[in-house]
Amino acid sequence: MTIVDPAKSNMSVTAVQIGKQRGGPPLTQVLRKDRWWLQPALIVFGLSLFGIYATWAAFRNGHYYAGPGLAGGGRDYLSPFYSPCLADVCNSQGQYTGWGPIFGTWWAISPALLILIFPLGFRMTCYYYRKSYYRSFWLSPPACAVPDAGSATPNGKRKRYTGETRFPLLIQNIHRYFWYAAVAFAGILTWDAYASFRFVGGYGMGLGSLIFVVNAALIWSYTLGCHSCRHLCGGGINKLSAHASRLWLWKNIASKLNARHQLFAWLSLIWIAFADFYVYLVSSGMIHDPRFF
Amino acid sequence: MSPESATAVEKNLQMRLWRGDAEGGEFTEYNIPAQEGEVVLDVVHRIQAEEAPDLAVRWNCKAGKCGSCSAEINGRPALMCMTRMSTLNIEEPITVSPMRGFPIIRDLVTDVSFNYAVARRVPAFQPPKLAEGEVFRMQQVDVDRSQEFRKCIECFLCQNVCHVIRDHEDNKESFAGPRFFARLAELEMHPLDTLDRRRLTSEQFGLGLCNITKCCTEVCPEGIHITDNAIIPLKERVVDARYDPVAWLGRKITGKPDPTPAAVAARFAPETLAQQQEARSAGRIGTHPETSGAGTSR
Repeated sequence: MTIVDPAKSNMSVTAVQIGKQRGGPPLTQVLRKDRWWLQPALIVFGLSLFGIYATWAAFRNGHYYAGPGLAGGGRDYLSPFYSPCLADVCNSQGQYTGWGPIFGTWWAISPALLILIFPLGFRMTCYYYRKSYYRSFWLSPPACAVPDAGSATPNGKRKRYTGETRFPLLIQNIHRYFWYAAVAFAGILTWDAYASFRFVGGYGMGLGSLIFVVNAALIWSYTLGCHSCRHLCGGGINKLSAHASRLWLWKNIASKLNARHQLFAWLSLIWIAFADFYVYLVSSGMIHDPRFF
Repeated sequence: MSPESATAVEKNLQMRLWRGDAEGGEFTEYNIPAQEGEVVLDVVHRIQAEEAPDLAVRWNCKAGKCGSCSAEINGRPALMCMTRMSTLNIEEPITVSPMRGFPIIRDLVTDVSFNYAVARRVPAFQPPKLAEGEVFRMQQVDVDRSQEFRKCIECFLCQNVCHVIRDHEDNKESFAGPRFFARLAELEMHPLDTLDRRRLTSEQFGLGLCNITKCCTEVCPEGIHITDNAIIPLKERVVDARYDPVAWLGRKITGKPDPTPAAVAARFAPETLAQQQEARSAGRIGTHPETSGAGTSR
């Protein structure tokens, strides 16, 4: 390798010029004529709605398991917000098999508050959701070529923009560790999907089974399309041709799902709330889960 | 010509073009008959030919391959030669302004030398030492990723739209911008390149400043997935090099070398950040408004 030393070469040193007069009207003047505000507004609406629902669901601490003792026919439906089942309720309602409660009756607060730390951390540090909330909540920027309002201050001066270089946003680099947890949770939700086919007296299928299978499929699609997953599968390798299996994973699984990461981020978010609400309705007896066979 | 198309041709366009220089400027409206099949650059050229011969506009290929005619059309960064008039609402005035992320030269022409200064800080491809009679061999699958970034035409629309420097002028020194992250990713992913630029990318090119809002990808006329295929993979590689304790432990166990320090990697480029900073602080190139009081930043 050769090192170029400008001091010894004939090259002149260039430099970034800062502070010169820009072209066009001031940047504070938005020239866009399309509805650029619609996307951030929809994201604020969607994420806020989910936040409100998830808070209610997490503090509900009840009606999250529709077990065999359910009136009108037993089921084995455990809300994804409360999975794996940490509390005694699953046993007291006669969970079929499995691990039983990890905590006993002494545990008083909602188990979802412990469980949701992991999916919440995974989604909060997800590259797609980062884009969404930086744009929609922090207005940094709200849309392309629209001024960044995220660092404006009341006196008109601008705070220094440091992006993800400092605490606390430096923590976003932890994303791959939340991905490891997300893989474990995707496995647990896959087990729950299997368990949803267990009925008193044998296997069967209810509407809840279908909801749980779709839930697991969407969670896997979101988890395996994660940018960190893509990197770990093979994105960090320069000679992919020398790693056939990782090349296959990178090309055919991670990259293909990654191209739809935004879609699966939303679908899995909506569906997991729907699955939780369905279990709540069945468990509380508000609706009867139809059984197909 | 049928009566219908004659009516269409007779419709007038209200084109509001930015006219001005470093002293100031304003939008000037030109009313000009619409013609079928035109792109924005065609209309700007007709205005230049018929009404404003002193209008400054940079262009070259008229085919979306030279990256010269970058501008902001109705506030959206785009190539004038690739924006069809039929995609715009001609019932309303159409604004064409220069790229607002760069210093103005005149009218629609900006000074994009910022990008050339950054380019000189990027260490070029460092090939491995070859044995006698050995030749470079690469598999297509290994260069597919890098080849996507070779499509870049250097229109600098991504640099213009990136809010890290567009809205925060002071970051221009410490932030390379999307175009150069694509270049760094191209080199980092190259199967034969031997230089580790990860710490350099993080510490001197400001990768951490990017908050992945994907505007660079949105405006790229070549359809390069800058955020998903260049910036985020680079961020993950930087995590390997700087933040992941398991990756650090893995290097210790397997005996792999530590990531190359930024200052060492920087020496493989024609210029370093320190040299450029020194040149500016010595007053040889440019001035900073906060230290000299000269110039204004919008």
